[in-house]
Amino acid sequence: MSLTDQSAFDIAHKIQRGELAAVDVLDAALERIAAVDGRPGALDYGPLTQEDQTKVHAFITLTADRARQKAERVDARISSGEDAGALAGVPITIKDLFCLKGVPTTAASRILSNFVAPYTATAIERLEDAGAVVLGKVNMDEFAYGSSNESSAFKPTTRNPWDLTRVPGGSSGGSAAAVASGQGCLSVGTDTGGSIRQPAAYCGVVGLKPTYGRISRYGVIAFASSLDCPGPLARNVRDAALMLSVMAGADTRDSTAVRLPVPDYLAGIDRGVKGMRIGLSKDYLQISYPDPDTGETIMEDLPAEIRNMTLRAAETLAAEGAEIVENVPMPNSIYGIPAYFVISRVEASSNLHRFDGVKYGYRARASGGDLAELYRLTRAEGFGLEPKLRVLMGMYMSGGQLSLQYFQRALQARSMIRADFETAFDPDGPYRLDVLLTPTAPTPAFKMGDFYGDSTLMQYSDQLTVSANHAGVPALSIPGGLSAEGLPMGLQLIGPDFAEATLFRAGYAFEQATADADWRAVKPCVLAEVE
Amino acid sequence: MRDEISPEIFAKLADLAAFRFNPEEAEYLRMELNQQLKAIRQLETLALDVDVPLVPRGVTYTAESRPPLRPDVWVPFENPEEILNQAPEVEDGYLIVPDIPHRELD
Repeated sequence: MSLTDQSAFDIAHKIQRGELAAVDVLDAALERIAAVDGRPGALDYGPLTQEDQTKVHAFITLTADRARQKAERVDARISSGEDAGALAGVPITIKDLFCLKGVPTTAASRILSNFVAPYTATAIERLEDAGAVVLGKVNMDEFAYGSSNESSAFKPTTRNPWDLTRVPGGSSGGSAAAVASGQGCLSVGTDTGGSIRQPAAYCGVVGLKPTYGRISRYGVIAFASSLDCPGPLARNVRDAALMLSVMAGADTRDSTAVRLPVPDYLAGIDRGVKGMRIGLSKDYLQISYPDPDTGETIMEDLPAEIRNMTLRAAETLAAEGAEIVENVPMPNSIYGIPAYFVISRVEASSNLHRFDGVKYGYRARASGGDLAELYRLTRAEGFGLEPKLRVLMGMYMSGGQLSLQYFQRALQARSMIRADFETAFDPDGPYRLDVLLTPTAPTPAFKMGDFYGDSTLMQYSDQLTVSANHAGVPALSIPGGLSAEGLPMGLQLIGPDFAEATLFRAGYAFEQATADADWRAVKPCVLAEVE
Repeated sequence: MRDEISPEIFAKLADLAAFRFNPEEAEYLRMELNQQLKAIRQLETLALDVDVPLVPRGVTYTAESRPPLRPDVWVPFENPEEILNQAPEVEDGYLIVPDIPHRELD
């Protein structure tokens, strides 16, 4: 097993004790990247080659020299007896939506392809202060608008390490694929409608959308500001907890970052689930979507293997002492995607107006016209189709009477979704849940090209994750098993505000209880060649 | 809520958003927007007069969790050159743009 396949927790401890050198861990990570990743995403990528189809393509920018300096600094601190931090020498990757001073920050868009961040996002600053070694920036859907990574302007886009003909999910697909294939132990993503949890589920890793405001958004390129949550991706629950402990906390540079104390998420993670009330909801075992022709809502049961995985997980947790509460009503979850179509587009539209070819980023060459013409040409050439769609829809729904019809109803739906969760978690209510257990995604990873271009159906892959974003509550995706085709399936644990520690406890208990399961021994196909 | 985005409305939106499309792009995007509207129409089943609070985000901020307002003081960036260097065209510390159009507002 390569050093980079060890857990972040173990690597950090071994480095802190002087049993491992950070530069050796870095070398192992770089060796893995060289073996499995192939050429990084680029704007001028040319034709896709046979070899491209055998690689993961998680990276846009590899920062190997910078990483070596950081790793050497960690080793120097250890040698001089200093505390090198909770993540000493742990190699990590960053979704290319986070600013990192002196490093290109593209949002996977042509319009930011030449932007070099002049400052570092708070979450990244904290990780580096804790000794983490940043390997580079990884691919994503353009501006985080998508669920498959296929909308990135930087190609080849990321492939799923379990099946290279499939998508890694999105928008944090590069993050999930990197972690799954051992290109670093951890990655930082963002989750606006499921963008950490859905790719985590597709790639068989752990991903957390924390409570809104738990992690600062300073230095993160905004998508939908009332929904965006940075969060960790890791290969196990303990590593995700360790990472959150480092990233979370108040930040004077983000007025939505709460000033509540950050618990030690590792303390008590192994306390088990005895006495914990874990809910199941039929509303999360079905999916609804509009008929493409008539627009009528179609309601279907989830695929049997996804339902069965969820029910088996409930049985596992019950055997560990949890009390399973069935039939918890979450009736307003069906409004999650329609409301998201409205709220996220209105906010995205507002956030994208700043990209104009004047202050930073791409500018169209010699328009020959006036400033308005420069704006049009720059935005026409700089944005891909998905950002354009989101801006147009956001503007449409912001206008006059339509704002009342659409936006107000969407906000109302958000409040009603929130009320569902408040009822479920109310300690004096009928259900008194600690955790709601659901599948993370309606299906395992789909084939590249299956949905790209159909922006409506693509959005519905987030149907089981988006309600937690509306409600602001934390939600953790953990591997729950493999499908008949050998693809990872994800379980989602949702809790009340700031109950991340409870989610980690439940997730860790499930991990321990299934540690010897056959499916745990199966690894992503790209690792077969390097082992 | 039976609105549909017509080619005329689409053109207006594109103008407001400062976009420019070729006809194929415009038609594809318009069709996609109208497909999305079908999904959004599910919100029609919500009555507008239901008494639920409309909040700016899901999480409720309390006195304990809400960050205090920052003092309203100027904090200079350590190296403004790094920010200005990101601009496509700068001269003597000013951003350079083409002629700014003037038009009468309706």
